[in-house]
Amino acid sequence: MGITRRRFAKGAAAIAGAGLLTGMGHAAYGQVRPKVVVIGGGAGGATTARYLAKDSKGAIDVTLIEPTKAYYTCFFSNLYLGGFRSLESIGHTYDRLASDFGVNVVHDWAVGIDRDAKTVTLAGGGSVPYDKLVVAPGIDLIYDSVPGYSLQAASLMPHAWKAGTQTALLKNKIATMREGGTFAMVAPPNPYRCPPGPYERVSMVAHLLKQSNPTAKIVVIDPKEAFSKQALFMEGWEKHYPGMVEWLPASIHGGIESVNPQTGEIVTGLDTIKADVANIIPAQKAGRIAEAAGLTNESGYCAIEPATMQSKADASIHVIGDACIAGDMPKSGFSANSQAKVAAMAIRADLTGSSKFPPRFSNTCWSLIATDDGVKVGARYEAGEEKIASVDSFISQTGEDAALRKMTYEESVGWYEGITADMFG
Amino acid sequence: MGVSGVRSGVLGIALAIAWAGSVLPAMAREELVDQGRKLFRQCQSCHQVGPKARHAVGPYLNNIFGRRAGTLEGFRYSDAMKQAGQDGLVWDEAVLAAFIADPPGTVKGTRMKFRGLKGEADQKALVAFIRQHSPGSSNIPETPPTAPVHASAGDPDLPEHILSITGDPAYGEYLSSECVTCHQASGEDKGIPSITNWPARRFVTVMHAYRSKYRENPVMRSVAASLTDEEIASLAVYFETLE
Repeated sequence: MGITRRRFAKGAAAIAGAGLLTGMGHAAYGQVRPKVVVIGGGAGGATTARYLAKDSKGAIDVTLIEPTKAYYTCFFSNLYLGGFRSLESIGHTYDRLASDFGVNVVHDWAVGIDRDAKTVTLAGGGSVPYDKLVVAPGIDLIYDSVPGYSLQAASLMPHAWKAGTQTALLKNKIATMREGGTFAMVAPPNPYRCPPGPYERVSMVAHLLKQSNPTAKIVVIDPKEAFSKQALFMEGWEKHYPGMVEWLPASIHGGIESVNPQTGEIVTGLDTIKADVANIIPAQKAGRIAEAAGLTNESGYCAIEPATMQSKADASIHVIGDACIAGDMPKSGFSANSQAKVAAMAIRADLTGSSKFPPRFSNTCWSLIATDDGVKVGARYEAGEEKIASVDSFISQTGEDAALRKMTYEESVGWYEGITADMFG
Repeated sequence: MGVSGVRSGVLGIALAIAWAGSVLPAMAREELVDQGRKLFRQCQSCHQVGPKARHAVGPYLNNIFGRRAGTLEGFRYSDAMKQAGQDGLVWDEAVLAAFIADPPGTVKGTRMKFRGLKGEADQKALVAFIRQHSPGSSNIPETPPTAPVHASAGDPDLPEHILSITGDPAYGEYLSSECVTCHQASGEDKGIPSITNWPARRFVTVMHAYRSKYRENPVMRSVAASLTDEEIASLAVYFETLE
C-alpha cells in the first residue's frame, strides 16, 4: 500500500488512487494518466509520439494509430528509384516506439473523430478516447484534379507520391520501358508534399535511363511556371543528362486537359504526348480523416495556431506535417519532424505542467541530381501571429565544385539516418 | 587509446606554439602550393584529391579541413582514428602538419604507413596543397596561428566570459531536439558528425565559428544564427554529458 500511496500522492490522482483500491483499477488509472492519441505514423506523427512518451517519462499515455506495419519514407524514395538505395533501406517499423518508449501502437485506420466525446473511431471497430489528439495523416491525392486519372488508374500510371508499392511499381515500369521510350511526368500544382521532389525524381529517372536506356526521353508537364531549386536542377540536367529532359511549364503546353491510362496519352492544350511510362502526380489535400473531422478549410488543409500547432477549429487537437497550413514552411518530412517537437512540447506543458519553451521551426530539403551531386535548400521560421514565417534562408549555388556537392550528398545521407532515428527510436 | 579529449587539447596548444615559433622563408602562396603538389606524389599511392577523388588505400582528402577525424562515410578507419575523432580531433592546419610529420606519434594506432615528412617548410607546403581541395577553408588564414589554441584549433578564439557562461541543461535538452534531426543522439554518425560528449568549450567555440560565418556550412550557420550565447552554452552542457 505504501507504494500506491506515494504514487498517487497528489491532487486528482489521490481520488483515482481511491478508485484503484475499490476495484475500478484500469479505468481510474486512465483518468490520471492523460491520454494523447496520435493519428499517423510518418515524420510528424511518429516523432510526436516518441517525444511525448520519451519526455513525459511515462506520465502521458501515448497511442499511435497507423495502418501500415512497415512504413516507407517518402524522402529518399527517389533515391530508391535512381538505384542509390534499396526499398528495404527506406522501410521502418514501429517496434522500438513500443518496446523502448512505451507507445501503444495500434495498426488500424482512424476513420472518424468525435470531437465532443473526444474519441477516435477505428476501421476495425472500437474507439480510442483522448485528452489531446494529434492529427498527422499526411496528404491525400485529388485524383480527378487530372481529368481521366483515378485511384484505379494509379496501377497503370503510378503517382508514387506515397512511398512503398507505388514506388516499386514505377521503378519496374521504368526498368522495362522500351528502348528510346518516353517517360512523362505530370507534376503537381502548389501546394504539395515535397516541393523539390518531382524534380529530384526526374534527375533520378534520368540517372537510371542514362545507364540502361540512353536514347530514352523525359518530359515534364508542369501546371506551374517555376519550381523549387529550378536553376540547380536545370543546370544539373544539362550537365549530367544533356538533351534527355524536357520541362514544359503551363505557358508552353497550354494546360493539362486529360490523361488516358489505357493508351498512355497525356493531352495538353498544345498537343498530345504519348508516354511509355507515365507518372501522374495530382493535386493534394490533407489526409481524409482531417476533412472528416471538420479540421480543414476551403484550401483542403488545416489552419493552425503558429506557436503550438493547435487546430484553429479545436484547441484539443494539434495538426502537424503535410496536413496543416504551416505558413512559409514547405510540406516536408523535416518540417513535420520540426513541428512535431513544438506540438509535443505544447501538449506536455498543458497536460503535465512541464516547461514551455519558445517554439523553434526549421527545414532543410536535400536533393540528389546525380551521383555525388547533392544540393540543398533550407530556412528557419518563427511563429508569427498569423502564420509561421520564414526568417532566414539558404540555398546551394549553381556552379559549386564537385567536392562541395559530394559533401552535401553525404550530409543528406547523415540526415536520413538522423531523422529516422529521431522518428522511430 | 587514441587521443583523449584532454590530450588533444594539450596537443593543440603545443602545436600552436611550435608553429608560432617557427621561422619559415617567405614564399608566395602559389609557390607553396606547387611545392606541395610535388610532395603529394608521396601520398597519392594511397590518397586521392580532386573532383574524381575516391577512397583508396586511404580516404580521399577533399574537404578535410574542419572535418572531424575518422568520419567519412564509406571508408574503414582504424579504431584509433575513429576514437580520435570521437575525442574531438579535427583536421586543421596544425593537426594535419603534425600528423604528416609523424602519423603514429599523433594518432597512436593509425593504419597509415608513412614514415613521416620531416621539415616544417615541406609540411607547410603539403598542407597548403591539400587545402586547395577544401573549398570551404579559404578563410582559414594562411599564416600560422599565433595565439594559443584552446578548445578547437582553427576556429576564432572566444573571450573567456563567453566560454564560461553556465548553460541550463534542461533548456539545452529542449534545444537539442532540433539538432538531433540530423546529428544522432546516440552519437552515431554517417555523413553528419557526432556532437555528443564534446568538451563544452569546444562546442561553444565551434557554434560561434558558425554564427560569425567563419565556418561555412549554411545549415549550421542558420542554426547558430538563431541561438543566443546562453542557448549555445545550454546545448554545450547538455551534449557534453549525454550518455
